[in-house]
Amino acid sequence: MVYSDVVMEHFTNPRNIGELKDADGVGDVGNPVCGDVMRISIKVNDGKIEDIAFKTLGCAAAIATSSITTEMAKGRSLEEAMDITKEEVAERLGGLPPQKMHCSNLAAEGLHKAIEDYRTKIGEGGAGA
Amino acid sequence: MPEKKIYMDHSATTPVREEVVEAMMPYFSSKFGNASSVHSYGQEAGAVLQDCRERVASLLGACPEDIIFTSGGTESDNLAVKGAVFAKKDVPAGHIITSSIEHHAVLRPCEWFEKRGYEVTRLPVDENGLVNLSDVESALRDDTILVSVMLANNEVGMLQPIREIAGIVADTGAVFHTDAVQAVGKVPVDVEDLGVDMLSLSAHKLYGPKGVGVLYRRGGVRIEPLQVGGHHENRLRAGTENVAGIVGLTRAMELACGSMDAEGKRLSSMRDRLESAIMERIKDVRVNGAGARRLPHMLNVSIQGVEGESMLLLLDSKGIAVSTGSACTSGTLEPSHVLIAMGVPPEVAHGSLRVSMGYINAESEIDYVVDSLCEVVQRLRDMSPTYRSS
Repeated sequence: MVYSDVVMEHFTNPRNIGELKDADGVGDVGNPVCGDVMRISIKVNDGKIEDIAFKTLGCAAAIATSSITTEMAKGRSLEEAMDITKEEVAERLGGLPPQKMHCSNLAAEGLHKAIEDYRTKIGEGGAGA
Repeated sequence: MPEKKIYMDHSATTPVREEVVEAMMPYFSSKFGNASSVHSYGQEAGAVLQDCRERVASLLGACPEDIIFTSGGTESDNLAVKGAVFAKKDVPAGHIITSSIEHHAVLRPCEWFEKRGYEVTRLPVDENGLVNLSDVESALRDDTILVSVMLANNEVGMLQPIREIAGIVADTGAVFHTDAVQAVGKVPVDVEDLGVDMLSLSAHKLYGPKGVGVLYRRGGVRIEPLQVGGHHENRLRAGTENVAGIVGLTRAMELACGSMDAEGKRLSSMRDRLESAIMERIKDVRVNGAGARRLPHMLNVSIQGVEGESMLLLLDSKGIAVSTGSACTSGTLEPSHVLIAMGVPPEVAHGSLRVSMGYINAESEIDYVVDSLCEVVQRLRDMSPTYRSS
């Protein structure tokens, strides 16, 4: 199994690592039994993702997909960010080995969960960020 | 590219020793004969083949006619398992006993029979990876054809009580096979002392070439050949003998067995130093098989809060080659079946690392490996959403 250069580049130099203080939305995905766990946190301003960070326990594909997803989402509107798919993430990485497509390509789902978390919170709290 | 290159994955494969390459070279060109030919070229090849057969037999405490040269460990295991079961022509089906921590070269042939109506018992192991003798006794049945339990495990290195298991299987009518691919050249292996009916070994695990191995089969133990054609290998394995490979295997085995005591001591002291340094400097680590007798050159640890493939790739970027029992490198979605059988939780098994040292490694490399591992583990744990230092 060989990873693309883009995967290796994001794996060795991941962007946007960490957890945002006072995040507006947080998305947790994955399962430690399967080996991949991911947390995406976002700050939202004026309907756009102003800041985003990830923490991931997992293989090189899990870390690279997390990293590139945060890059793709940053600055996008929430609607645009909801449209990011795992296929698009894989494509931007120059492809992923087939067995990694489903088990390790979780970041888009994590992002969507973070956005849903934000929407639930503002729905409940009644105030936008 | 990293400046240093440290290969510590000798359980995967080993470099071929210079002396072994030299011994092999003439058999590719000037002494290229087919051992089955009648002319002088054939006679020359036949004579060296017989010489190798005698030397390999002597290293294993076996008779030369009981040595079957094969293409490697997987073929030897397949020939042992399938060959022994096929030879039992009087029963349409039957029972096979193996262990839950075998190499796939034994497990898959067993599954093959299971799909065709045979019953397979996979013996459990304890937390150290060892088979319990009373489980062997209670698993044996009147229709048990074969018992196959490996001598040394390829992932963790624990050594099974083969002599004791052989004693239990003896006189039951079942044939006893052991996969000794990881053990030969590392620990003493004598087929008479062990009391086994069949034993597999492979050249490339002991500084010999890839593509050549041995199945020892005690005279009188019936096996059916899997590959038929010419009258090679006592009609048990057809195909023109890989003379150069067999010469390489023989020379490699002699060198490995000859230096085994001193090299075993050197490697186990390096392993112990590596093990204690890791335990001292990294929290939340378990040494797998710590309570068992283990191969001297192997260390398997499970490190919490990291995933094996990431750890392996970051170590590789520092020039260090090791392996992992993580699901991500196995080609399946399951982590190591060996660690799971030993009761290691899947989330911990994903963070397992196997270090297997060899004669090319020096004590002075240990510090760099430990420093690099500490750095890599810290980096990955910092990235983990779930890891909290205990």
